[in-house]
Amino acid sequence: MSDLALALRRLGGTVTGGVARLGYMARFLGAILWYTPMALRRLHLTVREIYFSGVLSLVIILMSGLFVGMVLSLQGYEVLRRYSAQEQLGIVVALSLVKELGPVIGGLLFASRAGSAITAEIGLMKATEQLSAMEMMAVDPIARVVAPRFWAGVISMPLLAALFSAFGIFGGYLIGVRVIGIDAGAFWGQMQAGVKVWPDITNGIIKSIVFGAAVSLIAVLEGYDAKPTAEGVSSATTRTVVVSSLAILALDFVLTVFMFRGVGL
Amino acid sequence: MNRAAIDLWVGVFVAVGLGAILFLALKVGNLLTLDQTPSYHVEASFDNIGGLKVRSPVKAAGVVVGRVESIRLDPKTYAAMVTMRIDRDYSFSKDTIASINTSGLLGEVYVGLDAGGDAAMLNDGDRIAKTQSAVVIEKLISQFLFDKAAQGGAGK
Amino acid sequence: MPVAATADSHASLSPTRRLNPAAAAIELADVSFAYDTRPILRGITMTVPRGKIVAIMGASGSGKTTILRLIGGQLKPKKGKVLVGGQSVSDLEPDALYALRRKFGMLFQFGALFTDMTVFENIAFPMREHTDLPESMIRDLVLMKLNAVGLRGAAQLMPSELSGGMGRRVALARAIALDPMLVMYDEPFAGLDPISLAIVGQLIRRLNDALGITSIVVTHDVYESLKIVDYLYFVSEGKIVASGTPDEVRASSDPFVRQFVDGQPDGPVRFHYPAPPYHKALLADVE
Repeated sequence: MSDLALALRRLGGTVTGGVARLGYMARFLGAILWYTPMALRRLHLTVREIYFSGVLSLVIILMSGLFVGMVLSLQGYEVLRRYSAQEQLGIVVALSLVKELGPVIGGLLFASRAGSAITAEIGLMKATEQLSAMEMMAVDPIARVVAPRFWAGVISMPLLAALFSAFGIFGGYLIGVRVIGIDAGAFWGQMQAGVKVWPDITNGIIKSIVFGAAVSLIAVLEGYDAKPTAEGVSSATTRTVVVSSLAILALDFVLTVFMFRGVGL
Repeated sequence: MNRAAIDLWVGVFVAVGLGAILFLALKVGNLLTLDQTPSYHVEASFDNIGGLKVRSPVKAAGVVVGRVESIRLDPKTYAAMVTMRIDRDYSFSKDTIASINTSGLLGEVYVGLDAGGDAAMLNDGDRIAKTQSAVVIEKLISQFLFDKAAQGGAGK
Repeated sequence: MPVAATADSHASLSPTRRLNPAAAAIELADVSFAYDTRPILRGITMTVPRGKIVAIMGASGSGKTTILRLIGGQLKPKKGKVLVGGQSVSDLEPDALYALRRKFGMLFQFGALFTDMTVFENIAFPMREHTDLPESMIRDLVLMKLNAVGLRGAAQLMPSELSGGMGRRVALARAIALDPMLVMYDEPFAGLDPISLAIVGQLIRRLNDALGITSIVVTHDVYESLKIVDYLYFVSEGKIVASGTPDEVRASSDPFVRQFVDGQPDGPVRFHYPAPPYHKALLADVE
């Protein structure tokens, strides 16, 4: 009986801990937004972070997009053939990528490549007392270190998701038209008829912006909060990837439901 | 990495990213379709529009020449009033037949235009006289059964 | 400038004796601090006179760095007051605190240089953040500071390319970048080779005298401290157990001071971590 009570207490503790963390995250976001004007005055800091988060993620995003698009094309063709609806392949590939896979897979890749790097960087700066040094020099580390990385993530994510989708569609075209032999006109024509800027593409962009904000916030928070030791930094990095991934999938569900209901016609 | 190089790469990245979004919007989606091209309106009345929706295509000989702009129910005749917007590049004779078709068995519903031989052309605001409603599968089946029943009865 | 004996430094060593308060730049008045439930400092009272170098010595974990953080306003005391120039640090508004911090310089343990910037940019950092000086002036000032620590030629290196001693000197140059009124050194001698040790020690002394600043050095390096500081405080288990000038410390008969200065393994700071009696622990296996 006491074992059960102990387990329940542990579970309750985890839940309340999680809720408290959510509140802390909200306050942290508030602090970031508060110091954003200060960070914008040093635009080159944000530009630099866009380079490290966005540009350096291009390789993995583009390659993954290409492969996902190609696989989607193959699998989609397989299924559509049963209903003699191969011509719809273009729509299937495009909608899957633009509405879901681009933002979600792009977000997961961004979290594991850029998110973990951000956490490690900030955590290391904390461990080597660089953040303290900044504080003692009367420079707020949130304005100078945290906010630029946050906004770089928010800006980079939609661009990366769009590139993922674009390359995926290109990969789908390569497999569908060049390899399998579907008519190019049907491929692009059906796609253009079926994919609407509003709501399909804009919903995808909204999702990628939300995911970018979530991943960036989690990454900077874990880094800023990390224990200033080697294990502290490494466990914070792992936590960033895990929590970001879960957050992306959960937010994806919430956003999809919201968008589905809102547009259902 | 000096600042100039970083700025350059970030500029390229943002440009390419925005380009991808534009690509998706234009080539993949249908941002710049006939909505921008000059067009004129034509009306048609149908007993049953089936699965026709606003923004469904209007095709002639399989080529998209316009879009359905609005669908209303005429309160007097209880028929569906469909307003179509047609690309100005295409003119249709006054005796054009408008029919509601489905591309393939399960495909999308569209308005098909069969041009006639009349020398006079449809103008903005004109109404198409001859229309053919959508084939509703259930009615077809019940018609078939009814015919079958009538045959059987007549044969006795 | 007088280094050791001044008019008010006679009399025996006593933890509660205070120097002339009118000359104090920093003052801790009965300060206590604890991390959650773990007490770090219990009733610390000390004074740092203007223009002098004061060392805070003690074993690792005795709360020395905490004192620096209290002075810098990164921590608030649970009891007592920390006064800088007569103002209580913990009662300051954030803006006033930031204004005060601009008059401080701090040398962190192992340097804490910003790893993504060059040596030059590290030292220029406080200048660019807090002044509107044109780049040409900043360049001159940075080179002057680097010259003072002997590293003008290393201006374009990255911190990862510096040796320990060089990194420490760069951090020192950064600490004095804005000509502060107070410089705090957190373990400036830790992990340095004898040459770098001597260099850093001399720089601390020379810069203090040349710039007219006040210095607090937290360290456990007895030899270097006795060479350069004006006054020492010994901290053990959250309290000040001894204090005095270098001469007084060398001549002291206080058991803690003697254990510390002579480096004896056992004394007031026990060798054995508290444990049950030895024979009991060994015999326990026999049961």
